[in-house]
Amino acid sequence: MRVLFDIALAHLANRKRQSVVSIGGVAMGVGFFIAMAAMMSGFQSYFIAKVIDVSPHVVMKDEFRRAPLQPINRTYPNAAVFLQGLRPLDELRGIREARATIEQIENMGGIAAAPTLRGPIILRYGSKDVSGTMVGIEPARERRVTNIESDMVTGKLEGLLSTANGIVLGAGLASKLGVGMNDTLSAISPAGIVLAMKVVGIFSTGVTTIDNFEAYSLLKKSQILQNRANVVNQLRMRLDDVKLARLTADALEARYGYRTESWEEANSNVLGIFVIQNAIMYSSVGAILVVAGFGIFNILSTVIYEKTRDIAILRSLGFSEGDVRRIFLTQGVIVGLLGTALGWVLGFALTELLASIKFNMEGFVKTEGFVLDRSFRHYWLVAIFALVISGLAAFLPARRAARLRPVDIIRGAA
Amino acid sequence: MFVLRAEGVTKTLNEGGNSVTLVREIDLDIAPGEFVAITGPSGSGKSSLLYLLGLLDAPSAGRIWLDGVDTSPLDSGALAAVRLAKLGFVFQFHFLLPEFTAFENVMIPMRRLGALDGPTMRTRAGDLLAELDLTPEAGKRPGQLSGGQRQRVAIARALANDPRVILADEPTGNLDTTNARNVFEIFARLTGSGDRTVIVVTHDVDLAARAGRRVHVVDGRIAVA
Ligand SMILES: Nc1ncnc2c1ncn2[C@@H]1O[C@H](COP(=O)(O)OP(=O)(O)OP(=O)(O)O)[C@@H](O)[C@H]1O
Ligand SMILES: [Mg+2]
Repeated sequence: MRVLFDIALAHLANRKRQSVVSIGGVAMGVGFFIAMAAMMSGFQSYFIAKVIDVSPHVVMKDEFRRAPLQPINRTYPNAAVFLQGLRPLDELRGIREARATIEQIENMGGIAAAPTLRGPIILRYGSKDVSGTMVGIEPARERRVTNIESDMVTGKLEGLLSTANGIVLGAGLASKLGVGMNDTLSAISPAGIVLAMKVVGIFSTGVTTIDNFEAYSLLKKSQILQNRANVVNQLRMRLDDVKLARLTADALEARYGYRTESWEEANSNVLGIFVIQNAIMYSSVGAILVVAGFGIFNILSTVIYEKTRDIAILRSLGFSEGDVRRIFLTQGVIVGLLGTALGWVLGFALTELLASIKFNMEGFVKTEGFVLDRSFRHYWLVAIFALVISGLAAFLPARRAARLRPVDIIRGAA
Repeated sequence: MFVLRAEGVTKTLNEGGNSVTLVREIDLDIAPGEFVAITGPSGSGKSSLLYLLGLLDAPSAGRIWLDGVDTSPLDSGALAAVRLAKLGFVFQFHFLLPEFTAFENVMIPMRRLGALDGPTMRTRAGDLLAELDLTPEAGKRPGQLSGGQRQRVAIARALANDPRVILADEPTGNLDTTNARNVFEIFARLTGSGDRTVIVVTHDVDLAARAGRRVHVVDGRIAVA
């Protein structure tokens, strides 16, 4: 009703400075939320997009989630005697019948798979020793599974085929070693084998863990280097639909027994950090809005204290308890709405300000500034939150105002 | 036919165990067009009775009929609606809304009722202010008005929804003799047409004499009806 709104507005106009402060409080909360959400969500989705782009969606490893049952336990499952110091049998590691498995997996449809042998190595160049991970690949298959090829800074993946002992290095790894194209370095495996390898390419994916630690060679060379002839210890897979990663991983693990991880599981540490990051952001920005809510509570309590007489007048004129409540709730909502509107502008401005800052940062991924997610969803989300807070903050004072008994006030004033 | 009827109306307050009776067993019938003055010593319960008759306070016992309707079963919202449409209050202190002009103050009850369209409401507000010689003051805020002018704005506002009954609690208590007489003349004029009822609480015997009927309250009871 217009008249209620006009009265609400008149009350706020009466306390201009306090109203402006309350509106400012809401605007700050809303603005910071929008800017921080743009930053966080931008970074997170950038990271996820990168990871999905660069690394395989699903990896099958030559491991088992639970240690296999030892023969003694299998034979006597309910034995009364417990043997300590049991050492498991040495097993030949590696995925058995990898070729056949790849064929079966690819026949399932929607999945491309590539065999790899991953193992630790030390790369030596001059007097520098740098440890890393050697990933033995078959270029023809690998390129269907990861986008390593498009991330080559110099050289080509094919170089591995045309050079006798070719190696492709991550940019970070290369710079740690101080090697460039066509340099020859030594690769030393835990098996004690040393190979002289020639750098035929350098890649930069933007994902720090890959760029700083991974090196690629032909699968055959890796098997020689690690002294594990014909062994494949990881199957890397790319799905047509990345959303199926988790389901596919579970299905494959159930079928083959090998530990099979989706990209989410492989990056669960980082995704876990994201969850904490978001929780911190939401709670700190939420706190700003809660403080803003106290501002609204404060101004309304003051207005109601000052306006008890007006409340009694309105009631004597025939305004109901509900009308009085609505007048004060409206004030809260007006502060909330104006604060939100101002906060949207502030948030937009802050986001643009962040966008204009350029710097080089190497965290989980490499960026040249903030990656911002300017999604309109954040604007709505925070608007709803701000309005709910404003409404709640206004509710208690409004209810108190509605419960005032006009007779008591008139008596007190007379 | 009565516009307002009280039957056995009693108001008792309970405060910290001991109860105070403000108004006892009041029976009162008021006909349309009557100009009633409620008089009595200070603390006798005149104001309390007026709040009860004006449906601003609920009686502890007894019933009040307004326009032939028993108001005792009505809830707070329904009572507010009745006040809005059928009753008008004037208090000793001006009690105008300070942020609004005289004109806007008169508009507020009409806008809340919403029975008339905008232009009609504005015309009516202008007419009411003119009737009370307030046309030059229409655009002023209460703070810019004299005590007498404020009281007349309050009367204009009480008249806004063309109520059946006007209830005034010592409306002249804060005014000088001229203004006080002026207010009483207005009330006399209002009741003159025969349809509108005015009930005024006053301790001014001279003014009370101008009313058509006097109700004397002593110790919460009607002494001389
Ligand atoms: N909240 C209350 N608690 C206790 N007693 C009250 C309360 N309100 C009023 N009273 C008492 O009720 C009695 C009637 O009060 P009321 O205001 O109706 O008197 P009045 O006739 O209007 O007096 P006055 O002419 O001074 O305005 C007084 O004795 C007053 O002290
Ligand atoms: Mg009194």
